[in-house]
Amino acid sequence: MNGESSMFVLIALTVITAATPLVFAAIGELVTERSGVLNLGVEGMMLTGAVFSFLCIHVTGNAFLSLLVGIFAGMVMALLFGFLTLTLQASQVATGLALTIFGTGVSALVGQSLIGVAYEGLPKIAIPVLSELPTVGPLLFQHDALVYLSWLLVPAVAIFLKRTRPGLVLRSVGDSHDAAHALGYRVVRVRYIATLFGGGCSGLAGAYLSMAYAPMWVENMSAGRGWIALALVVFAVWQPGWVLFGAYLFGGITILQLHGQGIGINVPSQLMSMLPYLTTIVVLVLISLDQGRVRRNAPAAIGQVFRPTT
Amino acid sequence: MIQLKKRANPSVLMGYLAPVIALGMTLVAGFLLFAVLGVPIGEAFKAYFIEPVSDLYGLAELGVKAAPLIMIAAALSLGFRAGIWNIGAEGQLILGGICGGAVALAFYEVEAFYVLPLMCLAGIAGGMAWAAIPALLRTTVNANEILTSLMLTYVASLLLSFLVHGPLRDPDGFNFPESRLFHDAATLPLVLSGTRLHIGAPIAILVALLAWVLLSRTLLGFALRVNGDAPKAARHTGFGQGQLVWFSLLFTGAMAGLAGLFEVAGPIGQLNPVISPGYGFTAIIVAFLGRLHPVGVVFAGLVMALSYLGGENAQIALNMPLAVTGVFQGMLLFFLLAADVLIHYRIVFGQERRA
Amino acid sequence: MSDVSLFTATRRSLLTLAAAAAITLPGIVSADDPLKVGFVYVGPVGDHGWTYRHDIGRQAIEAEFGDKVETTFVESVPEGADAERVIRRLASSGHGLIFTTSFGYMNPTVKVAKQFPDVKFEHATGYKRADNVSTYSARFYEGRAVIGTMAGMMTKTNTIGYIASFPIPEVVRGINAFSIAMRKVNPDAEIKVIWVNTWYDPGKEADAAKTLIDQGADIITQHTDSPAPLQVAEERGVLGFGQASDMSAFAPQAQLTSIIDDWDPYYIERTQAVLDGTWESVDTWRGIDSGMVGFPEYGPNVPDDVKAAAELVREGIVDGTLHPFDGPINNQMGEQIVAAGERLDDGVLLGMDYYVEGVQGSLPK
Repeated sequence: MNGESSMFVLIALTVITAATPLVFAAIGELVTERSGVLNLGVEGMMLTGAVFSFLCIHVTGNAFLSLLVGIFAGMVMALLFGFLTLTLQASQVATGLALTIFGTGVSALVGQSLIGVAYEGLPKIAIPVLSELPTVGPLLFQHDALVYLSWLLVPAVAIFLKRTRPGLVLRSVGDSHDAAHALGYRVVRVRYIATLFGGGCSGLAGAYLSMAYAPMWVENMSAGRGWIALALVVFAVWQPGWVLFGAYLFGGITILQLHGQGIGINVPSQLMSMLPYLTTIVVLVLISLDQGRVRRNAPAAIGQVFRPTT
Repeated sequence: MIQLKKRANPSVLMGYLAPVIALGMTLVAGFLLFAVLGVPIGEAFKAYFIEPVSDLYGLAELGVKAAPLIMIAAALSLGFRAGIWNIGAEGQLILGGICGGAVALAFYEVEAFYVLPLMCLAGIAGGMAWAAIPALLRTTVNANEILTSLMLTYVASLLLSFLVHGPLRDPDGFNFPESRLFHDAATLPLVLSGTRLHIGAPIAILVALLAWVLLSRTLLGFALRVNGDAPKAARHTGFGQGQLVWFSLLFTGAMAGLAGLFEVAGPIGQLNPVISPGYGFTAIIVAFLGRLHPVGVVFAGLVMALSYLGGENAQIALNMPLAVTGVFQGMLLFFLLAADVLIHYRIVFGQERRA
Repeated sequence: MSDVSLFTATRRSLLTLAAAAAITLPGIVSADDPLKVGFVYVGPVGDHGWTYRHDIGRQAIEAEFGDKVETTFVESVPEGADAERVIRRLASSGHGLIFTTSFGYMNPTVKVAKQFPDVKFEHATGYKRADNVSTYSARFYEGRAVIGTMAGMMTKTNTIGYIASFPIPEVVRGINAFSIAMRKVNPDAEIKVIWVNTWYDPGKEADAAKTLIDQGADIITQHTDSPAPLQVAEERGVLGFGQASDMSAFAPQAQLTSIIDDWDPYYIERTQAVLDGTWESVDTWRGIDSGMVGFPEYGPNVPDDVKAAAELVREGIVDGTLHPFDGPINNQMGEQIVAAGERLDDGVLLGMDYYVEGVQGSLPK
């Protein structure tokens, strides 16, 4: 691959890999939050998903099964969170943070025997014919299965939330649990399902880390990506399409600053590394100028405990 | 099935008993965990809860560890009551450390009484300045403070890294990333000699008391409480939404900044690339463990600090990996948080299901 | 290099309360009791890098001395206020020898050592010593000279990608040693450096490796912990060097060789010295000759002439005829900073904060 356009493609490919775990974790958390639940334990769920999927691939060699195991591990963590916050009505913010401590510990414990174990990574799937196209082919049609899945998941979630009845129920539960309850919706059940979906997505994000992004297990390998995913949900003003934009923007700036260093831009690397965070703030400010959009999409009941009065 | 039956009034008794019940449940769950791992249960609990504080030095360390948590959590609980989600206290802490530390280094030649107060002011100002950014963006363009305060935490830690790798590093330190050690006039007085317990600990208690008075005895505190439940009603208290946002963020920023300065001028004694093991984040858990009550926060801060000291000690005394102590700490927190359900509900087992 | 005098703060106190009682001395240990050896780690044992290798060293002590020793470690101890407490607790719980394995533990180690004169302390990578505090480090830059030679001979694009962690002298020294050796065999080769500002974050390390390869690097080397950059090299069909461990399992084709941290002999030796009662405070900075810096088997893609050249450098370093910082050395502007026949001394190497010729970009001052 030579020339200007292929450099663009190369950069884009790196960005896509860097952004995909963020997309999964953020889209899952978005659904959770739209139901009115704030789960700050994304980092912990990602780590559990990462370690269990890697353990499974190590033992069985079956990639598909391993991804399912990663999803399942994230869901088990989310179930724990749901039981504490939805059934026992513990504080969501604090329980989420505790979930991260717990998940970090569990993953390290499970992963003790996996240090130094190698895995070649998920295979790339070239879509026939389309992958042969110049520029567009390598850019869009030569990825591992999870990248395609992330691209399908975002519009699917968008359609679900906007166009389907269960999506409408989920949003109404997130906007006012009392009103939703009065209408006969089962608030707690809806929130459980949304929380489990979020956990599954976080688990999948973790599986992407340990099976595709950097196929290995080392402790704390998510390195704060769960927190970035949480920020991206806010950044996206709880709209699925913007999660994709936010994740690619964040990933893009991160990779571009690496390229900037590579070509020798004379700015201290710590200051260069600030760019993704600063850009996110600046763009959020621009987005926030449209207050109508924020009001329409932010779940009003987020983080609030639902205490049925009857 | 487990059923929750709402109590007519919150149970005062359970308010006190819930943590005890949580501890009991942690013991049971811990028993299972340690049994699976083959660790003698008695020794495990002794190592975790008793040995760390079995001497004066250990007790002092509990204070050293709890002080920043209490100070930040007390301030955070005011904002959380008002529904203002500053989760960037860690960044505000780092800025406090940077600004206060920079004053210490600027006055490196001066051993005068005013250096330390000046450092404290700089620390407070640094934390406030960092918190002012989310406050400004929230009040002018309504940018969500969860995102801005979190992102600024990353920026703060990179800024600290840049400064100690460059402009603020020790000129005689072979270019290693740390500043000079602060001299005596720039170091916090100790409360208990022979230990590291510094005046930050009593100040943290004072901050908690101040926050309590503010919350329960002033109109501002009333406005903060109302704002959390019904933002529109808060207007009738005479405080605008914007004022409450500014107050919550600046107050937390000031306290986090001061806590950061206390870390560098106290137990650390210099500027390092890492000045906090995540106190700003842990303080969020502490605030909720303390039920967003400044006095509850004091106890929660001590429990949280003990769980860290216990985790360290369990590694030393029992060769228990950090992973296990993390799992155990997570369980302890889960039980403490969950037990509060007993204040508002009675637990009923079986029958009477309803859709 | 002479010992640096210590600045220790004597703190004022508001209350003077039973100072003597506050400091508990370690219990008298009888001759039959095993020696307790403590380790303080900056990362988790499962980082597969720096901390992992120190823990291998700890296990070597256990294997060597059996029930004559007991070892203890505390993982992921932040380099802030917590370090002093952890070190002190190790000292007060009967440990006779304590290894603190990161630079940031320097001042806490020295401070605790003053309070526990009978306990021996070993601090890795620092420069402050005392009667009961030794310092130790490895001359990893010697290994960098070997791999720099190999890279210079094998690069076809004349671009080497270097993934660096933090701009500290240790890392800068490695980059320079690499560059000097590389330039000796290939004056046209250049190094591109990317600072990732982390010791380990596999994803970010992989991103940096991809970026460097996209910018034309055909050999990747790293001063970060995880095997992720090598995995990328393997996938993209370029070459690279491992770090801290033999990483060939992750990159069977791509790994040319690796620079292995081998603390085992040193840890065994120092433990033996405490057991024998011959322990003294020393400053140890060992390289390839002692085995502290080691290499695994060459990878399958290393041609014979490159192997021979690498061996020559290695042997030269071992027998002292060659030093990675022998002149002539030019700075980035091409001006000579070390004349032929001269050699940079350890003091300069310890605090190195500039790039030499062959390295692109600039270091923040």
